[in-house]
Amino acid sequence: MFVAAVTSGLVLGGMYALIAMGLTLQYGVARIMNLAHGELMIAAAFAALWLFSSAAVNPLLGLLLVVPAAFAISWAIYRLLLTPLVRRAPNRDALEVDSILATFGMLFVIQGVMLVMFGGAYYSYSFLAFPVTIAGATVAANRLLALAFAAVIGLGLYLYLTRTRLGTAVRAVAVDPNSAPLVAIDVRATAALAFAFGGALVAAGGVLVSMFLTFNANIGVVFTMKALIVVIMGGVGNLLGCLLAGLILGLAETFVATFVDPGLTLATTYALFLIILLVRPQGLFGTASR
Amino acid sequence: MNRGRSLFAGTLACAILTLGLGGAVTAQEPASIKVGYAISKTGPNAGGANITQIPNYQLWVKEVNDKGGLMLKSIGKRVKIEVIEYDDRSNSEEAVRAVERLITQDKVDLLFPPWGTGLNLAVGPVFNKYGYPQLAFSAVTDRAPELAKRWPNSFWFLGTSKQYVDALVDLLSQMRKDGKINDSIAMVSIADGFGIDLSKAAREGFEKAKFKLAYDKSYPIGTQDLSPLLGEAQRSGADTFVAFSYPPDTVALTDQAKVASFAPKVMFLGVGVGFPLYPQRFGENTEGIMSLGGWQADNKATADYRAKHKAMHNRDPDYWGSQVGYSSLQMLEQAIERVGKIDREAIIKELQTGTFDTVIGKIKLDNNMPVKAFPLIGQWQKGFYTGVAPAGPGMAAVVVPKPAWKQ
Repeated sequence: MFVAAVTSGLVLGGMYALIAMGLTLQYGVARIMNLAHGELMIAAAFAALWLFSSAAVNPLLGLLLVVPAAFAISWAIYRLLLTPLVRRAPNRDALEVDSILATFGMLFVIQGVMLVMFGGAYYSYSFLAFPVTIAGATVAANRLLALAFAAVIGLGLYLYLTRTRLGTAVRAVAVDPNSAPLVAIDVRATAALAFAFGGALVAAGGVLVSMFLTFNANIGVVFTMKALIVVIMGGVGNLLGCLLAGLILGLAETFVATFVDPGLTLATTYALFLIILLVRPQGLFGTASR
Repeated sequence: MNRGRSLFAGTLACAILTLGLGGAVTAQEPASIKVGYAISKTGPNAGGANITQIPNYQLWVKEVNDKGGLMLKSIGKRVKIEVIEYDDRSNSEEAVRAVERLITQDKVDLLFPPWGTGLNLAVGPVFNKYGYPQLAFSAVTDRAPELAKRWPNSFWFLGTSKQYVDALVDLLSQMRKDGKINDSIAMVSIADGFGIDLSKAAREGFEKAKFKLAYDKSYPIGTQDLSPLLGEAQRSGADTFVAFSYPPDTVALTDQAKVASFAPKVMFLGVGVGFPLYPQRFGENTEGIMSLGGWQADNKATADYRAKHKAMHNRDPDYWGSQVGYSSLQMLEQAIERVGKIDREAIIKELQTGTFDTVIGKIKLDNNMPVKAFPLIGQWQKGFYTGVAPAGPGMAAVVVPKPAWKQ
């Protein structure tokens, strides 16, 4: 029972981390609080569904199409829609407020387009839904895959950001966009790149969760909320923190559901969130100053 | 310049007014019958509204208009239907506002109900205040008999949660008597209207029939991993697993039960089992799974209805509320044509007392609710979601135990 709780907790946590990683990059580096996050994720899920059901494209191959497309679209969104805001904003806080309003509008545009294309009905398809046994506990292969992706992306990007030149530039922009140009970093290009990369991660998350979750055009906000909690818990912009925060949430929910009462999972999530906000407002891995 | 413009505007306004008045004078013969509805096109209710309700509205309106409209005896000709539709965004205040707007500003002749128990209860007082018939077919509430008395214009086609629970308990009791299942039941339910209502009724029903609830928990909306609940249910040793769930969790429960190879002898799940996506997603693995609703395999009328639905919307109707909803629209049509004019009071009276021909057979309402008109419990058998309870003509025999999962 304990092993089962641990494995399903990790798998659930992996999914939470996966859906939050794109947001942490967009919010942490480009300083865009993307409220349309969940909608973009669902759009990717619809893309995967559409490829799978109409063209019989395996969702894993679908990733190769959807992720670059999401990168390009996110880059275009940043350049066309958000750069004017960035240029206009006198400081970071103003940009955050403006970006919240702009992406709030974008949320409805994306949702509206999906409603026109797919209607409001639920969609679901079956892919890699066979059981895998790990240490005596059984999990679905597709959920395990999402965990693996989350771990690989989380660790990989963490290493990339801390060990490479471009990664250092990205972190420099995240830490202090005003001083970054002094060391010849093109802040706007770097921020656009981070935003586009975030969009690509969101899309990867959407494709992966579409294999096991039932979704419709209206469900995006659920994921935005969850992602926001994970991002803030993990420390804004910190991918490793995001991975750990996701896993902690997943484990906590599963343990409470197994050993206490499944009715208390939501309460547990928010209690953990509150504790972290009180004790470490900068998040598990965040730094105190911006 | 300014004066010129205002003069022009004034003339235009007069012209429009005159035209409007002209229209009003000849309005003895209505150009169209205005039907209005506010429904959840967005928000959490949209998934259900888009499967069970909106397609039926569209199908019925199209069919009536293809015939040339509703036959009004009072003017001796058919009058086409014109539709006014609003999105209530799954929000009860919005729904109430939209319905009031439909009545007072759009001046609709008839209203269709919104989706779900909550919204139907929310708009009930408005329908009642203005005397519009409310034919709710996506609401299950134990207060239905009381509501039908308080609001005689309201009709509750899906009935009360007790009806469903009673049918389920009878079915399970018979299985236990036949030695097919033990007397312990594991139950999970969503912490929202439907789950709370039905699990409460079920708790009482199971207790009264001397079943033991080995596991009984609720889970919040939006729970994305149900494996801990399934694990506990499996360990509880119950032969019967009952879940009062919403579509996303119904799919997740099936999926995760299959992955965990948890095949209880009786597997009863909530809303979504009758949705077209369910057999698409699970194919042969649906065999033996039970839920609310159900169709009669040998009913040609519902089979025709299904074909029409599929031709128009390119997908099947759902196997619980859809046929009942379509029947309620047929009843409305017949009631209007019998009355022969848009006299809402007379239409309500006719709905309460008349007998109607519908795709699910002849219906006569009792206290504004149908009696044994359609299956309450259904089961997937060989790719068809067939009605198995309450006992009566046209019901198939229930299959126990549910076969093992095919991985």
